[in-house]
Amino acid sequence: MTTSVVRALGRVARDTAHPAVRAADPAGCRACGESTVLADRPDGTVVRHGEVVAKAHADGTDPAGHRVRLAVAAHPLLAGVLLPPLPAAAEEVSGRPVTAWPYGTPVDPNDPDAAPWEQAGTLLARLHALPLAALSEAVAVERAVAGPGPRLPDMRGPAKAARAVARMRAAGPHPAAVPVERAWQRLPAWARGEARAPGPYALCHGDLHLGQLVRHPAPDGPWLLIDIDDLGLGDPAWDLGRPAAWYAAGLLPPETWLRFLGAYRSAHGPAVPAARDADPWPRLDVPARALTVQTAALALAKSTAEGRDPDDVELLMIDACARIADLATEFTPGASS
Amino acid sequence: MQCPKCHAAMHTYNRNGVQIEQCSGCRGIFLDYGELESLTRLESQWSQQAPPVQQAPPPPPQAYPAAPAPAWGAPQHGGGHYGGHHGGHHRQKSFGRMLFSS
Repeated sequence: MTTSVVRALGRVARDTAHPAVRAADPAGCRACGESTVLADRPDGTVVRHGEVVAKAHADGTDPAGHRVRLAVAAHPLLAGVLLPPLPAAAEEVSGRPVTAWPYGTPVDPNDPDAAPWEQAGTLLARLHALPLAALSEAVAVERAVAGPGPRLPDMRGPAKAARAVARMRAAGPHPAAVPVERAWQRLPAWARGEARAPGPYALCHGDLHLGQLVRHPAPDGPWLLIDIDDLGLGDPAWDLGRPAAWYAAGLLPPETWLRFLGAYRSAHGPAVPAARDADPWPRLDVPARALTVQTAALALAKSTAEGRDPDDVELLMIDACARIADLATEFTPGASS
Repeated sequence: MQCPKCHAAMHTYNRNGVQIEQCSGCRGIFLDYGELESLTRLESQWSQQAPPVQQAPPPPPQAYPAAPAPAWGAPQHGGGHYGGHHGGHHRQKSFGRMLFSS
Protein backbone atom coordinates (compact mmCIF):
# COMPACT_ATOMS: atom_id res chain seq x y z
CA MET A 1 0.00 0.00 0.00
CA THR A 2 2.80 2.36 0.97
CA THR A 3 4.61 1.49 -2.24
CA SER A 4 1.69 2.69 -4.34
CA VAL A 5 1.58 5.95 -2.34
CA VAL A 6 5.31 6.39 -2.94
CA ARG A 7 4.91 5.73 -6.65
CA ALA A 8 1.97 8.11 -6.97
CA LEU A 9 3.87 10.77 -5.01
CA GLY A 10 6.86 10.34 -7.32
CA ARG A 11 4.55 11.11 -10.24
CA VAL A 12 3.13 14.17 -8.46
CA ALA A 13 6.64 15.44 -7.74
CA ARG A 14 7.71 14.84 -11.33
CA ASP A 15 4.60 16.42 -12.84
CA THR A 16 4.97 19.41 -10.54
CA ALA A 17 8.62 19.78 -11.51
CA HIS A 18 7.98 19.48 -15.26
CA PRO A 19 4.30 20.11 -16.02
CA ALA A 20 5.04 20.33 -19.76
CA VAL A 21 6.52 16.86 -20.15
CA ARG A 22 3.73 15.15 -18.18
CA ALA A 23 2.22 13.54 -21.26
CA ALA A 24 5.36 13.31 -23.36
CA ASP A 25 7.50 11.18 -21.07
CA PRO A 26 5.33 9.22 -18.64
CA ALA A 27 7.99 6.66 -17.77
CA GLY A 28 10.69 8.83 -16.24
CA CYS A 29 12.74 11.93 -16.47
CA ARG A 30 16.22 11.86 -17.92
CA ALA A 31 17.27 15.12 -16.31
CA CYS A 32 16.41 14.20 -12.73
CA GLY A 33 16.65 10.40 -12.73
CA GLU A 34 14.40 8.39 -10.44
CA SER A 35 12.48 9.85 -7.54
CA THR A 36 13.92 9.40 -4.04
CA VAL A 37 11.94 8.59 -0.91
CA LEU A 38 12.96 11.10 1.79
CA ALA A 39 10.54 9.84 4.45
CA ASP A 40 7.88 7.17 4.67
CA ARG A 41 6.02 7.21 7.99
CA PRO A 42 2.34 7.06 8.92
CA ASP A 43 2.46 10.81 9.67
CA GLY A 44 3.93 11.72 6.30
CA THR A 45 5.44 10.27 3.14
CA VAL A 46 7.85 12.52 1.26
CA VAL A 47 9.26 11.85 -2.21
CA ARG A 48 11.77 14.02 -4.04
CA HIS A 49 12.04 14.45 -7.78
CA GLY A 50 14.77 16.85 -8.88
CA GLU A 51 14.04 20.22 -7.34
CA VAL A 52 10.57 19.28 -6.09
CA VAL A 53 9.35 17.24 -3.12
CA ALA A 54 5.81 15.96 -2.78
CA LYS A 55 4.34 15.08 0.60
CA ALA A 56 1.36 12.87 1.38
CA HIS A 57 0.09 14.06 4.75
CA ALA A 58 -1.18 11.69 7.45
CA ASP A 59 -4.36 9.71 7.06
CA GLY A 60 -7.10 11.52 8.93
CA THR A 61 -5.63 15.01 8.36
CA ASP A 62 -8.41 17.56 8.95
CA PRO A 63 -9.04 18.84 5.38
CA ALA A 64 -10.29 22.32 6.36
CA GLY A 65 -7.44 22.97 8.78
CA HIS A 66 -4.97 21.63 6.23
CA ARG A 67 -6.19 24.02 3.52
CA VAL A 68 -5.88 27.01 5.84
CA ARG A 69 -2.38 25.96 6.93
CA LEU A 70 -1.35 25.63 3.29
CA ALA A 71 -2.77 29.09 2.50
CA VAL A 72 -0.87 30.51 5.49
CA ALA A 73 2.38 28.95 4.24
CA ALA A 74 1.81 30.54 0.83
CA HIS A 75 1.07 33.98 2.32
CA PRO A 76 3.61 36.72 1.48
CA LEU A 77 3.83 37.64 5.20
CA LEU A 78 5.62 34.32 5.76
CA ALA A 79 8.19 34.89 3.01
CA GLY A 80 11.66 34.30 4.41
CA VAL A 81 10.24 32.44 7.44
CA LEU A 82 8.46 29.33 6.13
CA LEU A 83 9.15 27.56 2.83
CA PRO A 84 6.26 28.44 0.47
CA PRO A 85 4.39 25.60 -1.29
CA LEU A 86 4.35 24.98 -5.04
CA PRO A 87 1.12 24.47 -6.96
CA ALA A 88 0.93 20.65 -6.75
CA ALA A 89 0.06 18.51 -9.78
CA ALA A 90 -2.46 16.60 -7.63
CA GLU A 91 -4.34 17.33 -4.40
CA GLU A 92 -4.58 13.86 -2.95
CA VAL A 93 -3.14 10.37 -3.17
CA SER A 94 -5.03 7.40 -1.68
CA GLY A 95 -7.27 9.78 0.23
CA ARG A 96 -4.33 11.60 1.82
CA PRO A 97 -3.86 15.32 1.09
CA VAL A 98 -0.79 16.01 -1.05
CA THR A 99 1.36 19.13 -1.18
CA ALA A 100 4.42 20.05 -3.26
CA TRP A 101 7.44 22.08 -2.13
CA PRO A 102 10.77 23.21 -3.51
CA TYR A 103 13.62 20.94 -2.40
CA GLY A 104 15.77 22.46 0.35
CA THR A 105 18.99 21.18 1.91
CA PRO A 106 18.36 19.80 5.42
CA VAL A 107 20.56 20.12 8.52
CA ASP A 108 23.43 17.61 8.44
CA PRO A 109 22.27 14.93 10.90
CA ASN A 110 25.88 13.90 11.52
CA ASP A 111 26.95 17.32 12.65
CA PRO A 112 24.40 18.64 15.19
CA ASP A 113 27.05 21.04 16.54
CA ALA A 114 26.97 22.85 13.21
CA ALA A 115 23.15 23.06 13.31
CA PRO A 116 21.67 26.52 12.70
CA TRP A 117 20.55 27.17 16.29
CA GLU A 118 20.66 30.96 15.91
CA GLN A 119 18.69 30.84 12.68
CA ALA A 120 16.12 28.56 14.32
CA GLY A 121 15.68 31.12 17.12
CA THR A 122 15.43 34.03 14.68
CA LEU A 123 12.94 32.27 12.39
CA LEU A 124 10.69 31.36 15.34
CA ALA A 125 10.81 34.93 16.62
CA ARG A 126 9.74 36.22 13.21
CA LEU A 127 6.98 33.60 12.94
CA HIS A 128 5.66 34.49 16.40
CA ALA A 129 5.67 38.22 15.63
CA LEU A 130 3.42 37.94 12.54
CA PRO A 131 0.23 40.03 12.72
CA LEU A 132 -2.58 37.53 13.26
CA ALA A 133 -5.38 39.85 12.18
CA ALA A 134 -3.85 40.47 8.74
CA LEU A 135 -3.07 36.79 8.35
CA SER A 136 -6.48 35.48 9.33
CA GLU A 137 -8.22 38.09 7.18
CA ALA A 138 -6.13 37.18 4.14
CA VAL A 139 -6.73 33.49 4.71
CA ALA A 140 -10.47 34.08 5.14
CA VAL A 141 -10.59 36.01 1.87
CA GLU A 142 -8.77 33.21 0.16
CA ARG A 143 -11.32 30.70 1.43
CA ALA A 144 -14.22 33.08 0.82
CA VAL A 145 -15.26 32.59 4.43
CA ALA A 146 -16.89 35.41 6.31
CA GLY A 147 -18.27 35.87 9.78
CA PRO A 148 -16.91 35.65 13.31
CA GLY A 149 -14.95 32.86 14.88
CA PRO A 150 -11.37 31.65 14.68
CA ARG A 151 -10.24 31.27 11.10
CA LEU A 152 -6.76 30.00 11.84
CA PRO A 153 -6.61 26.48 13.31
CA ASP A 154 -4.97 25.83 16.66
CA MET A 155 -1.35 24.76 16.84
CA ARG A 156 -1.23 20.98 17.29
CA GLY A 157 1.70 20.68 19.70
CA PRO A 158 -0.33 19.65 22.78
CA ALA A 159 -2.36 17.20 20.66
CA LYS A 160 0.91 15.60 19.57
CA ALA A 161 2.06 15.28 23.16
CA ALA A 162 -1.24 13.55 23.99
CA ARG A 163 -0.77 11.20 21.04
CA ALA A 164 2.74 10.29 22.22
CA VAL A 165 1.37 9.38 25.67
CA ALA A 166 -1.38 7.30 24.02
CA ARG A 167 1.30 5.47 22.00
CA MET A 168 3.26 4.75 25.17
CA ARG A 169 0.13 3.34 26.84
CA ALA A 170 -0.67 1.22 23.79
CA ALA A 171 2.84 -0.28 23.85
CA GLY A 172 1.94 -1.99 27.14
CA PRO A 173 2.95 -1.52 30.77
CA HIS A 174 6.57 -0.61 31.46
CA PRO A 175 8.09 0.33 34.83
CA ALA A 176 9.68 3.44 33.28
CA ALA A 177 6.25 4.59 32.09
CA VAL A 178 5.18 5.31 35.69
CA PRO A 179 7.13 8.59 36.16
CA VAL A 180 6.28 9.65 32.58
CA GLU A 181 2.59 9.15 33.32
CA ARG A 182 2.86 11.02 36.63
CA ALA A 183 4.64 13.96 34.99
CA TRP A 184 1.89 14.02 32.34
CA GLN A 185 -0.90 14.08 34.93
CA ARG A 186 0.65 17.13 36.58
CA LEU A 187 0.47 19.23 33.41
CA PRO A 188 -2.35 21.75 32.97
CA ALA A 189 -5.21 20.65 30.73
CA TRP A 190 -4.19 22.91 27.82
CA ALA A 191 -0.70 21.35 27.65
CA ARG A 192 -2.35 17.91 27.38
CA GLY A 193 -4.51 19.07 24.47
CA GLU A 194 -7.67 19.00 26.60
CA ALA A 195 -8.38 22.74 26.59
CA ARG A 196 -7.42 25.83 24.61
CA ALA A 197 -4.12 27.40 25.61
CA PRO A 198 -4.36 30.62 27.61
CA GLY A 199 -3.56 33.61 25.38
CA PRO A 200 -2.06 35.73 24.06
CA TYR A 201 -1.71 33.65 20.94
CA ALA A 202 0.85 33.73 18.18
CA LEU A 203 1.26 31.78 14.98
CA CYS A 204 3.29 28.75 16.12
CA HIS A 205 5.13 26.04 14.22
CA GLY A 206 3.97 23.36 16.62
CA ASP A 207 6.70 20.76 16.08
CA LEU A 208 10.11 22.38 16.03
CA HIS A 209 13.17 20.15 15.77
CA LEU A 210 16.29 20.20 13.61
CA GLY A 211 14.55 18.25 10.84
CA GLN A 212 12.24 21.26 10.36
CA LEU A 213 14.88 23.56 8.86
CA VAL A 214 16.14 23.61 5.27
CA ARG A 215 18.26 25.91 3.14
CA HIS A 216 16.46 27.13 0.07
CA PRO A 217 17.55 27.48 -2.66
CA ALA A 218 19.70 24.37 -2.10
CA PRO A 219 22.45 23.95 -1.14
CA ASP A 220 23.34 27.26 0.52
CA GLY A 221 20.32 29.59 0.44
CA PRO A 222 18.90 31.08 3.64
CA TRP A 223 17.43 28.77 6.31
CA LEU A 224 13.65 28.41 6.37
CA LEU A 225 11.16 26.49 8.49
CA ILE A 226 9.23 23.63 6.87
CA ASP A 227 6.23 21.43 7.76
CA ILE A 228 2.74 22.90 8.11
CA ASP A 229 1.08 19.91 9.78
CA ASP A 230 1.06 21.36 13.30
CA LEU A 231 1.09 25.07 12.43
CA GLY A 232 -1.52 27.28 14.09
CA LEU A 233 -2.52 29.54 16.94
CA GLY A 234 -1.09 28.81 20.35
CA ASP A 235 1.34 29.74 23.09
CA PRO A 236 4.57 30.64 21.27
CA ALA A 237 6.60 29.29 24.21
CA TRP A 238 5.64 25.82 22.95
CA ASP A 239 8.00 26.21 19.99
CA LEU A 240 10.92 26.82 22.39
CA GLY A 241 9.85 23.89 24.54
CA ARG A 242 11.75 21.11 22.81
CA PRO A 243 15.23 22.72 22.92
CA ALA A 244 14.34 23.86 26.47
CA ALA A 245 13.49 20.25 27.38
CA TRP A 246 16.79 18.96 25.93
CA TYR A 247 18.69 21.62 27.85
CA ALA A 248 16.84 20.93 31.09
CA ALA A 249 17.46 17.19 30.77
CA GLY A 250 21.19 17.85 30.49
CA LEU A 251 21.46 16.90 26.81
CA LEU A 252 21.86 20.26 25.12
CA PRO A 253 24.95 22.18 26.33
CA PRO A 254 24.15 25.55 27.95
CA GLU A 255 26.19 27.36 25.26
CA THR A 256 23.96 25.91 22.54
CA TRP A 257 20.78 26.64 24.46
CA LEU A 258 21.88 30.25 25.02
CA ARG A 259 22.76 30.66 21.33
CA PHE A 260 19.20 29.62 20.42
CA LEU A 261 17.48 31.62 23.17
CA GLY A 262 19.70 34.69 22.62
CA ALA A 263 18.90 34.76 18.90
CA TYR A 264 15.18 34.46 19.69
CA ARG A 265 15.41 37.40 22.08
CA SER A 266 17.53 39.51 19.73
CA ALA A 267 14.85 39.07 17.06
CA HIS A 268 12.20 40.27 19.56
CA GLY A 269 10.48 36.91 19.98
CA PRO A 270 7.44 37.45 22.21
CA ALA A 271 7.42 34.10 24.07
CA VAL A 272 9.93 35.09 26.78
CA PRO A 273 10.64 38.36 28.64
CA ALA A 274 12.82 40.57 26.45
CA ALA A 275 15.47 41.50 29.03
CA ARG A 276 18.52 39.28 28.72
CA ASP A 277 18.83 38.81 32.48
CA ALA A 278 15.14 37.98 32.94
CA ASP A 279 14.42 34.33 33.76
CA PRO A 280 12.63 32.75 30.76
CA TRP A 281 11.57 29.67 32.73
CA PRO A 282 8.27 30.91 34.14
CA ARG A 283 7.14 31.02 30.47
CA LEU A 284 9.00 27.92 29.26
CA ASP A 285 8.28 25.61 32.17
CA VAL A 286 4.96 24.06 31.08
CA PRO A 287 5.86 23.58 27.38
CA ALA A 288 9.29 22.17 28.30
CA ARG A 289 7.70 19.72 30.74
CA ALA A 290 5.12 18.67 28.14
CA LEU A 291 7.81 18.09 25.53
CA THR A 292 9.93 16.19 28.04
CA VAL A 293 6.95 13.87 28.59
CA GLN A 294 6.30 13.63 24.84
CA THR A 295 9.92 12.70 24.10
CA ALA A 296 10.11 10.18 26.95
CA ALA A 297 6.76 8.61 25.98
CA LEU A 298 7.82 8.19 22.34
CA ALA A 299 11.18 6.80 23.43
CA LEU A 300 9.40 4.19 25.55
CA ALA A 301 6.92 3.34 22.79
CA LYS A 302 9.76 2.92 20.28
CA SER A 303 12.15 1.00 22.53
CA THR A 304 9.34 -1.37 23.57
CA ALA A 305 8.38 -1.93 19.93
CA GLU A 306 12.02 -2.66 19.10
CA GLY A 307 12.32 -5.07 22.04
CA ARG A 308 15.17 -3.18 23.70
CA ASP A 309 15.76 -1.14 26.84
CA PRO A 310 15.74 2.67 26.58
CA ASP A 311 19.26 3.94 25.79
CA ASP A 312 21.24 6.47 27.87
CA VAL A 313 19.80 9.49 26.15
CA GLU A 314 16.22 8.22 26.39
CA LEU A 315 16.81 7.45 30.08
CA LEU A 316 17.82 11.08 30.68
CA MET A 317 14.41 12.20 29.39
CA ILE A 318 12.67 9.60 31.61
CA ASP A 319 14.77 10.78 34.59
CA ALA A 320 13.61 14.35 33.89
CA CYS A 321 10.00 13.08 34.03
CA ALA A 322 10.72 11.51 37.43
CA ARG A 323 11.99 14.87 38.73
CA ILE A 324 8.92 16.65 37.32
CA ALA A 325 6.67 14.05 38.97
CA ASP A 326 8.39 14.69 42.32
CA LEU A 327 8.08 18.48 42.19
CA ALA A 328 6.30 20.19 45.04
CA THR A 329 2.84 21.37 43.97
CA GLU A 330 3.80 25.03 44.15
CA PHE A 331 6.10 24.46 41.18
CA THR A 332 3.12 23.78 38.94
CA PRO A 333 2.15 27.19 37.60
CA GLY A 334 -1.20 27.45 35.90
CA ALA A 335 -2.20 23.90 36.90
CA SER A 336 -5.81 24.99 37.27
CA SER A 337 -6.18 26.39 33.75
CA MET B 1 19.04 7.47 -10.75
CA GLN B 2 21.28 5.94 -13.42
CA CYS B 3 24.95 5.12 -13.02
CA PRO B 4 27.00 7.66 -15.04
CA LYS B 5 29.55 4.93 -15.88
CA CYS B 6 27.61 1.78 -16.82
CA HIS B 7 24.04 3.22 -16.88
CA ALA B 8 22.60 0.53 -14.59
CA ALA B 9 20.14 1.61 -11.86
CA MET B 10 21.58 3.06 -8.67
CA HIS B 11 20.04 2.23 -5.29
CA THR B 12 20.07 4.35 -2.16
CA TYR B 13 21.55 2.93 1.04
CA ASN B 14 21.91 4.48 4.43
CA ARG B 15 25.30 4.01 6.07
CA ASN B 16 25.50 5.48 9.59
CA GLY B 17 23.03 8.15 8.61
CA VAL B 18 24.81 9.00 5.34
CA GLN B 19 22.77 8.35 2.18
CA ILE B 20 24.87 6.77 -0.55
CA GLU B 21 23.84 5.63 -4.02
CA GLN B 22 25.38 2.38 -5.20
CA CYS B 23 25.20 1.08 -8.75
CA SER B 24 23.56 -2.33 -9.10
CA GLY B 25 25.86 -3.05 -12.08
CA CYS B 26 29.44 -1.92 -11.49
CA ARG B 27 28.96 -1.34 -7.69
CA GLY B 28 30.27 2.21 -8.05
CA ILE B 29 29.21 4.69 -5.38
CA PHE B 30 27.83 8.19 -5.79
CA LEU B 31 28.00 10.70 -2.95
CA ASP B 32 25.89 13.87 -2.77
CA TYR B 33 27.23 17.26 -1.74
CA GLY B 34 28.68 17.11 1.80
CA GLU B 35 28.43 13.34 2.12
CA LEU B 36 32.15 12.70 1.72
CA GLU B 37 32.76 15.18 4.55
CA SER B 38 30.13 13.39 6.65
CA LEU B 39 31.86 10.05 6.10
CA THR B 40 35.27 11.54 6.90
CA ARG B 41 33.87 12.99 10.07
CA LEU B 42 32.35 9.67 11.10
CA GLU B 43 35.67 7.94 10.45
CA SER B 44 37.64 10.40 12.54
CA GLN B 45 35.11 10.06 15.37
CA TRP B 46 35.43 6.31 15.20
CA SER B 47 39.21 6.24 15.21
CA GLN B 48 39.54 8.71 18.05
CA GLN B 49 36.50 7.61 20.07
CA ALA B 50 36.33 11.30 20.88
CA PRO B 51 34.85 14.50 19.46
CA PRO B 52 36.34 15.49 16.09
CA VAL B 53 39.56 17.52 16.17
CA GLN B 54 38.15 20.44 14.21
CA GLN B 55 35.60 21.06 16.95
CA ALA B 56 36.35 24.26 18.82
CA PRO B 57 37.02 23.81 22.53
CA PRO B 58 34.03 24.75 24.70
CA PRO B 59 34.18 28.41 25.68
CA PRO B 60 35.21 29.17 29.24
CA PRO B 61 32.26 29.26 31.63
CA GLN B 62 32.58 33.02 32.16
CA ALA B 63 32.00 33.64 28.43
CA TYR B 64 28.27 33.22 29.08
CA PRO B 65 26.12 34.30 31.96
CA ALA B 66 24.90 31.36 34.03
CA ALA B 67 21.88 29.97 32.18
CA PRO B 68 18.82 29.65 34.41
CA ALA B 69 17.31 26.16 34.49
CA PRO B 70 13.98 24.88 35.82
CA ALA B 71 13.58 23.36 39.28
CA TRP B 72 13.37 19.91 37.70
CA GLY B 73 16.55 20.42 35.61
CA ALA B 74 19.24 17.73 35.48
CA PRO B 75 21.62 17.67 38.46
CA GLN B 76 24.60 17.68 36.07
CA HIS B 77 23.87 21.31 35.15
CA GLY B 78 27.25 22.95 35.59
CA GLY B 79 28.90 19.54 35.63
CA GLY B 80 29.13 19.53 31.87
CA HIS B 81 28.63 16.01 30.48
CA TYR B 82 26.17 16.78 27.76
CA GLY B 83 24.94 14.30 25.19
CA GLY B 84 26.00 16.25 22.17
CA HIS B 85 29.59 16.73 23.26
CA HIS B 86 31.12 14.63 25.94
CA GLY B 87 28.99 11.54 26.18
CA GLY B 88 30.89 9.40 23.68
CA HIS B 89 30.01 8.20 20.22
CA HIS B 90 26.97 6.12 21.07
CA ARG B 91 25.34 8.80 23.18
CA GLN B 92 26.04 11.46 20.57
CA LYS B 93 24.38 9.31 17.93
CA SER B 94 21.29 8.71 20.03
CA PHE B 95 20.93 12.40 20.89
CA GLY B 96 21.50 13.21 17.22
CA ARG B 97 18.47 11.09 16.33
CA MET B 98 16.39 12.79 19.02
CA LEU B 99 17.28 16.24 17.65
CA PHE B 100 15.67 15.33 14.35
CA SER B 101 12.48 13.55 15.41
CA SER B 102 9.01 14.69 16.41
